[in-house]
Amino acid sequence: MKSMDISIWFFIGVLLTIYGVLILSYGLWELITGNVANVVLANLHAPVWWGGIMLALGIFYSVRFRPGKEI
Amino acid sequence: MHQFAVTSNLASGILSQAAVFLANGAPSLAHLSLLDIAVIAIYFVMVIWIGYYLKSKANTSEEFFMAGREMTAWIAGLSFVSANLGSLELMGWAGSAYQYGILAAHWYWIGAIPAMLFLGMVMMPFYYVCKTHSVPGYLKMRFGQGSSVVAAFSFAFMTILMSGVNMFAMAEVMKVVLGWNLNFSIIVSSVAVAAYVALGGLRSAIFNEVLQFVLIWGGALLVPILGLIEAGGWSGLKRKIAHNIATGAIPAGDYTHMWRSMGHFQDNPMGVHWTGIVFGLGFAISFGYWTTDFLVVQRVLAANSLRSARMAPIIGSFFKMAVPFIVILPGLLGLVVLQNPDGSLMKLVGEDVVKANPAAGLHSYNEVLPLMLVRYCSPGLLGLGITALIAGFMSGMAGNVSAFSAVWTYDIYQPLINKRAKDEHYVAVGRWATILGVIISIFAAYMVMNAKGIMDYVQALFSFFIAPLLGAVLMGMFWKRATTAGGFWGLLTGTLTSIGLFAWVKADPSALRYVALSPYAKDMAENMYRAVWSISVTFLVIFVVSMFGKARPVAELNGLVYGATKIPKEEPVPFYKNEWYWAAVAIVAFVALQITFW
Repeated sequence: MKSMDISIWFFIGVLLTIYGVLILSYGLWELITGNVANVVLANLHAPVWWGGIMLALGIFYSVRFRPGKEI
Repeated sequence: MHQFAVTSNLASGILSQAAVFLANGAPSLAHLSLLDIAVIAIYFVMVIWIGYYLKSKANTSEEFFMAGREMTAWIAGLSFVSANLGSLELMGWAGSAYQYGILAAHWYWIGAIPAMLFLGMVMMPFYYVCKTHSVPGYLKMRFGQGSSVVAAFSFAFMTILMSGVNMFAMAEVMKVVLGWNLNFSIIVSSVAVAAYVALGGLRSAIFNEVLQFVLIWGGALLVPILGLIEAGGWSGLKRKIAHNIATGAIPAGDYTHMWRSMGHFQDNPMGVHWTGIVFGLGFAISFGYWTTDFLVVQRVLAANSLRSARMAPIIGSFFKMAVPFIVILPGLLGLVVLQNPDGSLMKLVGEDVVKANPAAGLHSYNEVLPLMLVRYCSPGLLGLGITALIAGFMSGMAGNVSAFSAVWTYDIYQPLINKRAKDEHYVAVGRWATILGVIISIFAAYMVMNAKGIMDYVQALFSFFIAPLLGAVLMGMFWKRATTAGGFWGLLTGTLTSIGLFAWVKADPSALRYVALSPYAKDMAENMYRAVWSISVTFLVIFVVSMFGKARPVAELNGLVYGATKIPKEEPVPFYKNEWYWAAVAIVAFVALQITFW
């Protein structure tokens, strides 16, 4: 049976994906240009790994709970 | 220098305009980049999309007010916790942790976990089997119209007032943290909440609460992680706190133990005694809030089966136990890592000190969480953290207005104004009640703005109703002999007792030694003991009045009272899906936390 309803987990997946892309992109830009924000522990490049985690989770939830997927 | 994230000039222009419009001209803690504003704007687009999408699934009253009773245990459980996780709670308790240490975690552990488990394992079957739409609805079935009306009016009044107070406080926080215009914050956030709740009903509120829950964790979790790295882990944090106490940089006290200083009122900065924490907070207040406040119970009533309804608070309890990691820990970390621009240790102070010295550049306890966000979060992540605070506020407000809408429609409008209307009429009333609830909340917010003293009394006002309601529900649910008159008079006298004790201490502060059992007790302790007194009076009055009255036949109590209700048998499931197993795990985790931080 296919569900055409949109699951809340899909909405969450989409939002995490968008945020992940934005934050990871910024983190990579920082890393490449060396133009690091003036925050404590900036050397840990939190936007890269935090954005990466969000993007990975977002893609997982977006695909796993996509509308029309067999349930 | 962060415009790269915004790809089009058009979007950049719009966001720049938004930034100008948001700015209040006032000095602020944080300065948002365009990337941060984009993160916040995307969140608003998402919540409205959810509300619009769910509009077609809120056509009947069961769909609009109870989300069709189709929520899984996970969704109901996360929504159950999220409705309580307001941004003021996040910032307020982080500030309390900075001020009082880990004592603040009592409100997350003993002040929540036992009550949540009791709701799931003991009370939920009765709420669920009797198919009530609300807690006042349960009182109507058990004790009749009188008790229900008292509970419904007090709940509706308090819910809207709380919503308004939170709205104002949130707008003020946005002004301090971001320099945002007060009216802008109030109008935008409340219009968004009104739109998605009025469109999609409880289902939309619940979906958004789950989304907001994820955002709160995604936005706030980074702070304790980076804070612990900077402080050198938990042992490094404790060592630095001890060093700061030894050098006089922070006041002396036991910041990392929960029970050791609870032997005497004057031994801890909160001025509470362990009996107040256990019986007042751990029973009268927390059981009152988590098991009878319709704001949270409504989420669990929307579950798709009795097993889901029982599992939801248990799932919620695990997340509630974890919340101190993103709230209490940042407060403690603030004691050792926050620095002034000159590199010296930053000392946060009370709101009154900040206001008395406006030119000194001081920050209040409540600003510890935003200060920590600003310390660690670069563009994008800062927007995410601010979005978490906004999401927290909106989830709390959506909880208030969706619960208000259901209680207004089912427990006030239907029995007292229009008994026999069509189902679609009640759905329309619910939608308008949602919008009306938001409008009254806005008025309440502006009322508070003009009379800020109200805020000091709101928590006390809330406690007037919660403990007596718990007393009435418990007696009704677990004592077949309790009568209609007993329920009504118990609820009323319990409430009046609470109000009377409050007024007594206000008129004569020395009465504190009787109300809170010690002249050294402080406000929090007074609230706890007042709740114990009022629930005791409620129990006593229900017992005495019922003994002089005629009990209802047992047959009429089916589905309402322990011993007169046949709980439906559920299909056997593997242990890892069984609610009793997970309740036991939650109890073990709860006890382990108490021992670890004893």
